Amino acid sequence: MDDLTGLKTTPLTAWHRAHGAKMVPYAGYEMPVQYEGVLAEHAAVREHVGLFDITHMGEIFVDGPLAEAWLDGLVTNRVTGGALGKVVYTAMCKDDGGVLDDMLIYRLGAERWLVVCNAANHDKIAAWMKKHVPAAGVAMDDRSDATALIAVQGPDSRELLGRLARLANLHADIAALDFYTAFTCPGASGEWIVSRTGYTGEHGYELYLPNADALAVWEELATRGADLGVAPIGLAARDTLRFEVCYCLYGHELGESITPLEAGIGWAVKLKKDAFTGVAALRAQQAAGVPRKLIALEVTGRGIARQDARVLYQGRDVGYVTSGTFSPTLKKPLALALVETGVPAGELMIDIRGKGVEARTTAFPFLSARVKGDPLAARTPA
Amino acid sequence: MVPADRKYTQEHEWILVDGGTGTVGVTEFAAHELGDIVFVELPAVGSTFTQGDAVGTIESVKAVADLYLPVSGEIVAVNDAVTGSPELLNSDSFGGGWLVKVKLSAPAELDALLDAAAYNELLGG
Repeated sequence: MDDLTGLKTTPLTAWHRAHGAKMVPYAGYEMPVQYEGVLAEHAAVREHVGLFDITHMGEIFVDGPLAEAWLDGLVTNRVTGGALGKVVYTAMCKDDGGVLDDMLIYRLGAERWLVVCNAANHDKIAAWMKKHVPAAGVAMDDRSDATALIAVQGPDSRELLGRLARLANLHADIAALDFYTAFTCPGASGEWIVSRTGYTGEHGYELYLPNADALAVWEELATRGADLGVAPIGLAARDTLRFEVCYCLYGHELGESITPLEAGIGWAVKLKKDAFTGVAALRAQQAAGVPRKLIALEVTGRGIARQDARVLYQGRDVGYVTSGTFSPTLKKPLALALVETGVPAGELMIDIRGKGVEARTTAFPFLSARVKGDPLAARTPA
Repeated sequence: MVPADRKYTQEHEWILVDGGTGTVGVTEFAAHELGDIVFVELPAVGSTFTQGDAVGTIESVKAVADLYLPVSGEIVAVNDAVTGSPELLNSDSFGGGWLVKVKLSAPAELDALLDAAAYNELLGG
């Protein structure tokens, strides 16, 4: 059994315990890794709708006349010029181009922004931002401990969200939300932020709430979604869901010794921007040729490749698995791996606990995300 | 309460002996702790092992566990139903989810294994 003493909790921790969740330590929090079982939870999100407590994520609000320019200089993607409510996925890099974290940046007002970072990197990111914040013109307000975050994900998420009493007069706003946009509205205890975002590859929403509102909202979603097959989803299924659609996870595909160009999120790196931390290193890497690349693999032999398993091409070690598991939707073992750029598509071997197991490269993503159009639209497997 | 007709190991395997042959599996507790089991690899029939050898692999979506042989002997059968449908380990770990049959080469080894009461105690009563 995991030792859970001394860990942070969320406003929903007692609910998770009372509903049979297996609780584990995760990034300093006691979090639910699974309830009914990872396969059932995974299927609930792909087919119906699931609720995720991701309160452990970090929320840092940034305000002031210089906030926009300052943030733009800290991250790889472009945050300037976006419309009110626009959400941007980006990396924040060190000078050498290694990734400190991947994050979302919300434009909440003309001079007001929200930075959402991974829980495991929160302290590092908060310290990095504090170290670089200008003496005047930008105010940082780290509200991570005061903010709850509930993700509602799956083809029935729009229907379920619309059933929240507090959002009853906002159905038009919900319907008008494009992928990666957000609106704010008054909640019971303070401001709510509703965004059409998520990390499952399904149509979905994320709700940023004052801690005091979280339990009532969660219970209302669970109750009002019963006929939709709503289920609480643990961290294990959150991982398999993002893995199938090949979304990068920090600590796996991303890290301080991996550049965003290597990890395949070059689309979130605007090398033509004037300046941002890491730009010189990333421009140089792009010019010289990116030395490693992320590839998608299907394990064709018997076995499941896990993180850190070595990848061999013609008997030579060319890289390692960053994430690997059994795909609950496609029902086969799949892996993402970071390998030398020269490795051609085709047959490879993976060293699975000392045994060479056959694998072959396959197309990205394993499963197409259904995030842009009709949430109930048919899915195209890779 | 676990079935009283068999012996258990500290590593959560069970063995049910009939004559000179033991049927081996993992306990419901072990299967539940692993979560949804999606892959099982078992040894070749005819291979021989000594007590405590890792003879197979059981994998859930999140985790990998070794199967340790509770006694020394020769593998005389493996459960192909489980390699084809690993979820049997979660649904029927003490029955249809058995893993291998072993011809005991040192039956006295059984004496040191846990009985049902002792295994229950290991699980915390």
